[in-house]
Amino acid sequence: MGNVLLSLIVWTPLVGALLVLLVPRDQPDGARRAALAFSLVTFLLSLALWAGFRVDTAEFQWVEQAAWVPSFGIQYILGVDGVSLFLVLLTTFLTPLVVLFSFGDITNRVKEYFFFLLLLETGMLGAFVALDLFLFYVFWELMLIPMYFIIGVWGGARRIYASLKFLIYTLTASLLMLVAILYLVSVHARTGAVTFDVRQLYGTALGPTEQLWLFAAFALAFAVKVPMFPLHTWLPDAHVEAPTGGSVILAGVLLKMGTYGFLRFAMPLFPDATRTATPLILALAVVGILYGAAVAMVQPDLKKLVAYSSVSHLGFVMLGLFAVNTIGVEGAIYQMLNHGLSTGALFLLVGVIYGRRHTRAIADFGGLWKPLPRYAAVFLVVMFSSVGLPGLNGFVGEFLILVGSFGANRAATAFASAGLILGAVYMLWMFQRVIFGPLRHEENAHLQDLTGREIAVLAPVVVMIVVMGVYPRPFLRAMEPSVKALVARIEGHRGAVASAGIVGADSEHAAAPSVDPLMNVTARTDARQ
Amino acid sequence: MTPAIDWIAVLPLLLVSGLGVVCLGVGLFVDDDEVLGWGALIGLGATLVTTAVLIGQHGSAFNGTLVLDGYALFFDLLILAVGIVVVLMSMSYVEETGIGAGEYYALVLFALSGMIVMASATDLILIFLGLEVMSISVYILAGAWRTQVRSNEAAMKYFLLGAFATGFLLYGIALIYGATGATRLDVIAEKLGGGVDHRLLLAGVAMLLVAFGFKVAAVPFHMWTPDVYEGAPTSVTALMAVAVKTAGFAAFTRVFLRGFGGLHGDWSMLLWALAVATMTVGNVLALAQRNIKRMLAYSSIAHAGYILVALTAGGPTGGAAALFYLLAYAGMNLGAFGVVLAVGRRGEPHEEIDDYAGLGFRSPLLGATMAIFMLSLTGIPPLAGFAGKVYVFTAAVREGYYALAVIGVLNSVISAGYYIRVLVVMFMTPGTVEVVRAGRRPYLFTSIVFSAVVTVLIGVFPALWLELARLSFLSQP
Repeated sequence: MGNVLLSLIVWTPLVGALLVLLVPRDQPDGARRAALAFSLVTFLLSLALWAGFRVDTAEFQWVEQAAWVPSFGIQYILGVDGVSLFLVLLTTFLTPLVVLFSFGDITNRVKEYFFFLLLLETGMLGAFVALDLFLFYVFWELMLIPMYFIIGVWGGARRIYASLKFLIYTLTASLLMLVAILYLVSVHARTGAVTFDVRQLYGTALGPTEQLWLFAAFALAFAVKVPMFPLHTWLPDAHVEAPTGGSVILAGVLLKMGTYGFLRFAMPLFPDATRTATPLILALAVVGILYGAAVAMVQPDLKKLVAYSSVSHLGFVMLGLFAVNTIGVEGAIYQMLNHGLSTGALFLLVGVIYGRRHTRAIADFGGLWKPLPRYAAVFLVVMFSSVGLPGLNGFVGEFLILVGSFGANRAATAFASAGLILGAVYMLWMFQRVIFGPLRHEENAHLQDLTGREIAVLAPVVVMIVVMGVYPRPFLRAMEPSVKALVARIEGHRGAVASAGIVGADSEHAAAPSVDPLMNVTARTDARQ
Repeated sequence: MTPAIDWIAVLPLLLVSGLGVVCLGVGLFVDDDEVLGWGALIGLGATLVTTAVLIGQHGSAFNGTLVLDGYALFFDLLILAVGIVVVLMSMSYVEETGIGAGEYYALVLFALSGMIVMASATDLILIFLGLEVMSISVYILAGAWRTQVRSNEAAMKYFLLGAFATGFLLYGIALIYGATGATRLDVIAEKLGGGVDHRLLLAGVAMLLVAFGFKVAAVPFHMWTPDVYEGAPTSVTALMAVAVKTAGFAAFTRVFLRGFGGLHGDWSMLLWALAVATMTVGNVLALAQRNIKRMLAYSSIAHAGYILVALTAGGPTGGAAALFYLLAYAGMNLGAFGVVLAVGRRGEPHEEIDDYAGLGFRSPLLGATMAIFMLSLTGIPPLAGFAGKVYVFTAAVREGYYALAVIGVLNSVISAGYYIRVLVVMFMTPGTVEVVRAGRRPYLFTSIVFSAVVTVLIGVFPALWLELARLSFLSQP
């Protein structure tokens, strides 16, 4: 399959999206099946990506490079490393599940829904594998519009307000990032090379003030997406109003876009500014952890509870990232995947009972264990994954993050650990009120348990939750070289003179001799063929 | 002695104005609107092809006051293409509104010939002539729907304020002539070096700025725009919003970046303020509009502001960005007006934004194309408007106008508020207005789909167009 695999993965959903539009309006099943087929093909292609992924190198793999707008140095560059590989897999894994779940969930304007869903998948995948800042920005904004429509057209009562809030928040922040990108490129152009290639832009010589401003612009765009306290207010609205599929993608993948952006762009491009901003980011992360958990605890609405739990969990991811050491960052990436699985599954589970009862109020449930044993069992596993029970995936990520951040900042780690306890409290308490206890509402007695299709959606997630909990090694091993290289890149600049792009690169050699991120990736990938 | 005329240099102009005269004459005898429309269409198509064949040629006429260079050709082709789309859009509209087809098409063609003069002229007097030919035709076109009071009012307003602006232009030319003793741009550019009365010159430049600012609808010379755009027949509004603005910027850019390029330091601060005011006022006032034509009027003001950002940056980068932006702007804006035409029907213009409720799913073609136009106008990738904004802001950043770039992108966010609202209404609220089926208005729908395709193509493959804009700008003598 050579060098076009990444392009195939990115563009297959788009082809599917356009084909879905051609399906006649009176055959919604045709649109559903087509969407499922294309999302599954994308998933299979991404498995081939993993199978061919070499775990012994930090370089970008499967690199594709072609001119796009030559006079501006804009190129079409795709590539994956150990960081983006699993985020790509997470995306291609969740999308078919969301498509399958939406078979029953979405009944009006079916083909348009799947059109936007597949378009969204192309945007997400593109953003994860783009190595050209301009291309990244195009995909980054491309995600915005389908999600906006999914919330706005298929959402709940306040969908218009929620979707507009989502759009304006994200657009404002990302447009400022666009100016920062243009500025960064114009500074780099003084060296004679006009390029948006992020591999070349790493190590661009910038003054301390410049770095801070640029970091602020990038960080704002990413922090809104994460979302970090206090920029999170769009999230509960968007989640509550979005249809279940939209919530799953939003929580499962889109939020990771923010943390991924920090790790791939904001931190390594502006290492000095990263160091300066670390106390602030850590403080906001800890506040987010505690605040998200505390607010989640008092939510009467299931979906809102899960939404606020995301604020809390993503705070942990930020904590791990800004520990800037291998363990912390690996934990953070692992936690991104965990959160995608467990929170995605939680939204699916909320969607299941909402579909039966048309309410999400915790008070309307209770004692569901008896009428819905299978549902309760799946819920139990997912809930424990989210809480971080050892043996399940959540524990691995949280443990690594805490170990990594303990070395970097003890106070923040101590507060964050308190957040873990709060997390257990609100999750268990919610579970108790929904699943255990007496059956307080008669109408819940005859609810249908999980159907075959719902089991088919949830089973793969449960399997992955267990697998990643007991056998994290293949995942961690694959991301380790890339994480080391990124950490070395961020660390390598610490204390170095701001203008020393080349000196910085040298010190990286010292820090990680086996890894040369500046190596000509294209040449290496070509050689492999 | 008659001066030597390079006929090649005036060929596009001759063809279009000749076509206008023929159209006027034939219109007396032929009553069939569709035949006249087709005549104008075929004539414009032939002119477009002929002009395209001239690419690479150089020539000048009338003592070097009118040239054929890449810059002129770029705008000739753009203006002719816009003309074709406008004629396509007008074909069913003219019939439904009862506007006299013969004089309507003739005036459109005369307006286009004036624009071609503006794009090719390198002399202030000739630019003035082109501007007048264009303006007078458009004054009449704005009032072409004689039975509508709104249309009459628009024509009157446009004429009175336009005449005022013309006065500024002439006075400015006079002052510049007084300072430099020349009206030809290349001579003026040479004289800027020394020995000219600076105060006189700058006063003249400021006057020109007012006049051009009026024609491209820059704040604070924009007051006429919403009323005129709203009142004029919608197809004429499309012509004004796209072609008139394009021609205005063609002359504006040539005069300021080439003629007064040496004074960049003097007028750039003025233009900076003009750009900020134009973007901000246009976008903020657009937020409050309920009528889609008024909304698009304010939007066109805002977009003039983005182009002014490129002119403020100046130099080849700024010039090329301005040209590229005009190209991108033409497709998306024409398309938006096309949708406005398509939503209206005889006797029921449906120009309130609320009339668009639920249209997105009831008429998927209009819904999809309008979504493309609105998102492109907002500046969402990968559409033409995004590419345009990126190049404009790149030019600003490269020349060190960081604040201007930031103000520009914040304005994009404000603009999302009203562009996206159209989509909210179209896709997320229920409504009842039905549109005439596409099959009954084939020309209009062709023009809408064409605009949408162009908007996507320019956005996805900007490299070719950008190179074209750059080379065109650099080809000026």
